[in-house]
Amino acid sequence: MSSNQHARPDGDATIVNASIPELRRRLDAGELGAAELANQFADRIEALDPKLNSLISRVDPVAPAGEGALAGIPYVHKDIFCAKGTRTTCASRMLADWVAPYDATVHERLSGAGAVLLGKANMDEFAMGSSNENSHFGAVANPWDESAVPGGSSGGSAAAVAARLVPFATGTDTGGSIRQPAAYCGVTGIKPTYGRVSRYGMIAYASSFDQGGVIAKSAEDCAVVLGEMAGFDGRDSTSADREVPDYVAALGESIAGLRVGIPKQWFSDALDPAVGDAVTAAIDELRAAGAETVEIDLPDADIALAAYYLLAPAEASSNLSRFDGVRFGYRCEEPRDLQDLYERTRSEGFGAEVKRRILVGTYALSAGYYDAFYRRAQKARRLVTDHFHRAFEQCDVIAGPVTPTPAFDRGAHASDPAKMYLEDIFTIPVNLAGLPGMSVPAGFVGGRPVGLQLIGRHFDEARLMNVAHQYQQRVDWHTRMPPLADDANQ
Amino acid sequence: MSDYAIPSGWEAVIGLEIHAQLATRSKIFSGASTAFGAEPNAQACAVDLGLPGVLPVLNEGAVRMASLFGLAIDADISRVSSFDRKNYFYPDLPKGYQTTQLARPIVVGGHVTITTGEGKKAKEHTIDVTRAHLEEDAGKSLHEDFHGMTGIDLNRAGTPLIEIVSEPDMRSPEQAVAYARKIHAIVQYLGICDGNMQEGSFRVDANISVRPEGDEAFGTRTEIKNVNSFRFLQRAIEFEIERQVDLLETGGEVVQATRLYDPDRDETRLMRTKEEADDYRYFPCPDLLPVVLDDATIESWRAELPELPDAKAERYQSEYGLSAYDAGVLTSSRATAEYFEAVIAREGSDAKLAANWVMGEVAALLNRLEVEIDACPVPADKLADLLERVSDGTLSNKLGREVFEALAGEGGAVDAIIEARGLKQISDPAAIQAMVDEVIEANPGQVEAYRGGKDKLFGFFVGQVMKAAKGKANPKAVNDVLKRRLDGE
Repeated sequence: MSSNQHARPDGDATIVNASIPELRRRLDAGELGAAELANQFADRIEALDPKLNSLISRVDPVAPAGEGALAGIPYVHKDIFCAKGTRTTCASRMLADWVAPYDATVHERLSGAGAVLLGKANMDEFAMGSSNENSHFGAVANPWDESAVPGGSSGGSAAAVAARLVPFATGTDTGGSIRQPAAYCGVTGIKPTYGRVSRYGMIAYASSFDQGGVIAKSAEDCAVVLGEMAGFDGRDSTSADREVPDYVAALGESIAGLRVGIPKQWFSDALDPAVGDAVTAAIDELRAAGAETVEIDLPDADIALAAYYLLAPAEASSNLSRFDGVRFGYRCEEPRDLQDLYERTRSEGFGAEVKRRILVGTYALSAGYYDAFYRRAQKARRLVTDHFHRAFEQCDVIAGPVTPTPAFDRGAHASDPAKMYLEDIFTIPVNLAGLPGMSVPAGFVGGRPVGLQLIGRHFDEARLMNVAHQYQQRVDWHTRMPPLADDANQ
Repeated sequence: MSDYAIPSGWEAVIGLEIHAQLATRSKIFSGASTAFGAEPNAQACAVDLGLPGVLPVLNEGAVRMASLFGLAIDADISRVSSFDRKNYFYPDLPKGYQTTQLARPIVVGGHVTITTGEGKKAKEHTIDVTRAHLEEDAGKSLHEDFHGMTGIDLNRAGTPLIEIVSEPDMRSPEQAVAYARKIHAIVQYLGICDGNMQEGSFRVDANISVRPEGDEAFGTRTEIKNVNSFRFLQRAIEFEIERQVDLLETGGEVVQATRLYDPDRDETRLMRTKEEADDYRYFPCPDLLPVVLDDATIESWRAELPELPDAKAERYQSEYGLSAYDAGVLTSSRATAEYFEAVIAREGSDAKLAANWVMGEVAALLNRLEVEIDACPVPADKLADLLERVSDGTLSNKLGREVFEALAGEGGAVDAIIEARGLKQISDPAAIQAMVDEVIEANPGQVEAYRGGKDKLFGFFVGQVMKAAKGKANPKAVNDVLKRRLDGE
């Protein structure tokens, strides 16, 4: 593909902000070539990403094979997905030069659908973080305000979509890592039900929580992409063997009579009032579209947070043991002996937050502490799940904030990681229960985007995306581009 | 059989942990081959290497094999079992954890019967099995040929194992070896393990403690790792009992530790003490779903069970009239039983005769050649040919042995060997009568003495006739004719 087929290296506004179905229509009609489209976005990456640092590496576009639903649609992977022949770093020094020798199932499916990979997105190291400041490849700027964080851990994916560097990006969500950055960057993100998308080839952080998903401009685009990513995979024992509904076909349904549960405990002092107002306004729109609201009880967000920060690090401490300098990845210089090899490789190869969580997780699993920490946290996890099930007896979806505040300033939580953990208080319970959750743009506070969170029953992604879509028929938050992205078109 | 006796006044308490590699074609959590002997790391795929992002998928064949074992020892097969991670760092452990079953093993309980001693001293014991669980094997560290460095071969990583844990029910090295042999026989009968101890397919760890006779409380135990033959198991346990008793009798104390048996020096050596033991931080493996089995599946596996050693031994006694000891020896390994059954497969075969030959000539030959029965140079059908000639009187036992040696040496057909070597036994009454007459004629003095009451001379006449027949006369016919001629006239 060459880049001289089009006159405007910074992109055509009607293309960069177009929906995936619109892009597909124009490709099919021959108004646009796949190579031209890929080059337009590649050029935008070239022009804009130096300001954002949303990508760790670029990938030369390969012409799509066949006529899949995503044929010719460019995208980036969060750099946690293995794509054969691409450097796959997890934003860690440990894997800074590691080239994946195989394809993740998600990559195989997206390639099969014709999507065109343009790069690997920045992230918090090994998906641990809520600000994208924990990256060996540097922090990522929020396209709406470069002094703000984009959120994390899929911060590069959210920033890239927000800046319209690509129509969509993959992400992963272990405790909010798709929804929180989507909210901070004003884009739409879906974390599917645990088991809906294969984890094979997605580098593990906390296996019982990790779930791949989509970050895109709209619920409609999420529906198109998720339809291609989702489905049973024999290589992932925890993937769900059940049919994937036609998500796009489900987008037309009316939400009249839909029961929307509002968790009363989530609208408390912990929530920035301005964020609360934006979320309330969004819920009012759902009501205006015919939905009913019911107050529900989700009393244990704080318990969920504590449980998560024991269980996820416990799994991580084991999942990250394979990074030992023996077979692949970073190895310290001139190890004296085996112990030295392990100690220095891991001390030098992992960043501070990863080491912190490995230590916490190791402690939580240690003899004498297992019952007090790990086992109790598992009990808390069941309790949280039970409360969701009870809530869903009263409602069809749950609506609330994604985060307590809009995107915070870069460096704001550098000295107090526990405070940053609080940013996940509304997203984590969803991961504990394995439910699907979305973040939908719902306005701005102080120039920074705010998200509406929608939570569904297990495997109710179709309904969830339709509710978001119906909302997006009534508002235009999701179509707004940050000035940085827009400027490029002036 | 060892003559070892535990020091008087002391009792040994022994439990075994046996690791048996399951004979699945592919690994427990990946599609890579499990065949032994490939180039290092040629049979390690992305999953076995623990590459970032890979996930395990349970091999259902391994679940079936573990369940067959459970059914064979009359254990409970867990309707729900699950996998845990055992975390520790070692270069031959690619993921930094071993996937195993701690909290919910697939096989719970069960027991096997062993026999120690022979004849009137034979004694049966029931040894209880605590549990048997599925787990993955680690790779191997290669310390030779790497110029001071260590090589890692991950071909074995991910090979399915069952770890069979016994109760501390054994009281002597002899019982421990009998138990290990019985488990070894069972897994081979089931076809779930090739039992090759040299290649590490069947590995035994022994937990040993001693206590003053009559005491209830267990003494402090030590664990001896990876003993790779039954003979070494016997020796290692003997050594460890002696070592512990010596320590205690001289005012010392046993330190809980893991020890290695060194067959070259015939001693156990300290590997690590409990204080140095790792905290394995076990927790449920989040990448694998629990293994759920329904009754129908378990019953279909039960229907697959072959005849097992104990049942076979009982049948050999009732059907063939073999002694309990002989039946036990012939069923002690699947290969021996298969060989024996092939020898007696023919119509009209003599099972007792076959049993004597398999346990006598065949066993001696195998011992001499140091090979297993499946590599016996005299195939079962050849032995059956030979025994047919013994049964029909063509060959005496003695001549039969000569033919057997010929079969073992040069091979060939039984009848052809008999023909070529002129080994046919002389049973023709006329021919024997003629030889007897000649001997009587040639020894009138001895005939006189015999008839005068010197019975012992009968043997002399037999010897003379045999000498004349060059050993080929049918001994029974010679006896009959001699008796008639000497006593009758």
